[in-house]
Amino acid sequence: MLQRKVMIYLQYAIKRVLHSVPVILGVTLFVFFGIQCVPGDPIRIMTRGRITDAAVAGIYAHLGMNRPLPIQYFDFLRKAVAGNLGESIIQHAPVTMLIGEKFWPSIWLLGTGTLFSAILAIPLALLSAYYRDRLIDHAIRLVSIFGFAMPSFWVGLLLILSIGIYLGWLPISGFGDDFISHVRHLILPGLTISLFLAPILVQSLRSSMLDVLTADHVEVARAKGLSEWHILLRHVLPNALIPTITVLAVNISWLLSGAVIVEYVFSLPGLGSLLIHSVGYRDYPLIQGLSLVFAILVVAVNLLADLSYMLVDPRVRKSNP
Amino acid sequence: MTVACIPSARIFSTSVSREVGSWSTSLKIGCALLLLIVVSAMFAPLIAGYGPDFQNFDAVLQRPTFSHLLGTDSLGRDIFSRVLFGARLDLQIGFIATYVPAIYGVLIGALAGYKGGKVDTVVMGVLNIAMAFPFLVLIIGILAILGPGIQNIYISVFLVAWTMYARLARADMMVERTKDYMTAARVLGFPTRRIILRHGLPNAISSSIVFSTSDFVLNILLVSGLSFLGLGVQPPTPEWGAMIAEGKDFLFQAWWICTMPGLAVVLTGTALSLIGDGLAQRLGERHHGFV
Repeated sequence: MLQRKVMIYLQYAIKRVLHSVPVILGVTLFVFFGIQCVPGDPIRIMTRGRITDAAVAGIYAHLGMNRPLPIQYFDFLRKAVAGNLGESIIQHAPVTMLIGEKFWPSIWLLGTGTLFSAILAIPLALLSAYYRDRLIDHAIRLVSIFGFAMPSFWVGLLLILSIGIYLGWLPISGFGDDFISHVRHLILPGLTISLFLAPILVQSLRSSMLDVLTADHVEVARAKGLSEWHILLRHVLPNALIPTITVLAVNISWLLSGAVIVEYVFSLPGLGSLLIHSVGYRDYPLIQGLSLVFAILVVAVNLLADLSYMLVDPRVRKSNP
Repeated sequence: MTVACIPSARIFSTSVSREVGSWSTSLKIGCALLLLIVVSAMFAPLIAGYGPDFQNFDAVLQRPTFSHLLGTDSLGRDIFSRVLFGARLDLQIGFIATYVPAIYGVLIGALAGYKGGKVDTVVMGVLNIAMAFPFLVLIIGILAILGPGIQNIYISVFLVAWTMYARLARADMMVERTKDYMTAARVLGFPTRRIILRHGLPNAISSSIVFSTSDFVLNILLVSGLSFLGLGVQPPTPEWGAMIAEGKDFLFQAWWICTMPGLAVVLTGTALSLIGDGLAQRLGERHHGFV
């Protein structure tokens, strides 16, 4: 029996993984041909036009850029699979190495931001569902509307000003050298992220909890005479958390967008600030590689969320065999 | 002539007041707030008191006072006036960046949802690829190719932002497609265009309308964010994000340069979110903010 379950799960998992292959392929196509749309001739721009036509053709032939586009694309794909995304024009280093250096600070920031958001959102959503359509509920919804409308870079600057400079409690930029200082450097950026992520979590958690509240098993719990708090914590919250995983996964692209700006504000050496600096220098191979990594990150998170969702909720398995 | 006009005007005004009366509190407050912001943006030259680029070097980095309601910046420009003039630009960009892609996004989504088959497969393929990129990363990537500036922000948003509407409209249309009234329209032999536009769309558009209010907020945040990063509106043009970026260097001496334009963003966003909340109730939709 257990073996059969594992088999069904594996089947689903493989199918789901295969589903994301065409998306990744499409992403690489998009990234590759996007760079071809750059106006002007990069070699002439870099040499400021002081170069003969023959020399330009020679450079292109040397780089393999005189071949037909489809062949160049397959070459790009082959190298990308092997972990070679070309070389940064400005920093003269392999793109994969530069991205690898900045990868973990970004992941740490995303983790901290998500953790803070959950810590903020779950109690607020519980309160909101418990006091539904009463003053506390309205107040919490108003606060989350404020949070949703606040520009993250602005919140970051205000936090730098108040907690970083005025109170002087926490460092305001960089990432530190050891674990303790990493954590200290991540608190303010993580808080900034949670201030725009938590409102969305509160809204979706609240509405999914209100959905669960109308379910039969909640009626049974009420009929048993359990207190409303007990019902919310033990019978409603676990069921409402499952859709929240999906909401978090769907919002990963938005979370990453926000993290780009937050990293820039706090000068955190992550993928986002690397992207913004490379746009400033028009370092196209680096921009290309970063866009690819961001897209793969989104696809991977959605994949993981779907797989874990299925592990937790047997109903999904039945509907998607 | 007048005899015919008066009753119809009366009917109109009573129906308007009845409609407004049925609105929820959040919709009323949101509309009033947005109206206030729009009117003060429209009449900015009358209200402002100073020109947006008027520099007074005798009043540099002044705290908010009676003559400078929100203080002055490093060049002695009045922040209140600049915030007002900034509202014109931000509202305009936000509106265009929201509703232009919304129109063709909804149309594409409705077509895909109604037709199904190959059209749907192609549209969904494009949607899945576009949604794989974080929104801001995609916009920044396109801006890296096109170069910074308002016009290129429009182009990149037009290329990207329709996907969300297409997704919403497609999902709703797939539900509507199987309903009896749609079958009836098909049996009556109406052309596909009429079935989609006149029969299907009115029932498949409310989630897009509700989402558009959140999208408006997101677009204002996007434009101010891009300008903050130096990829959008360039200084000295008064734009909220660009003003925050200018004030960043004076954070410690003059907190008000950064704070005030940000408050304007929050106020506008709150008004729009309240409208979205109210519209969701009015149209019987769910309002998730994002998603």
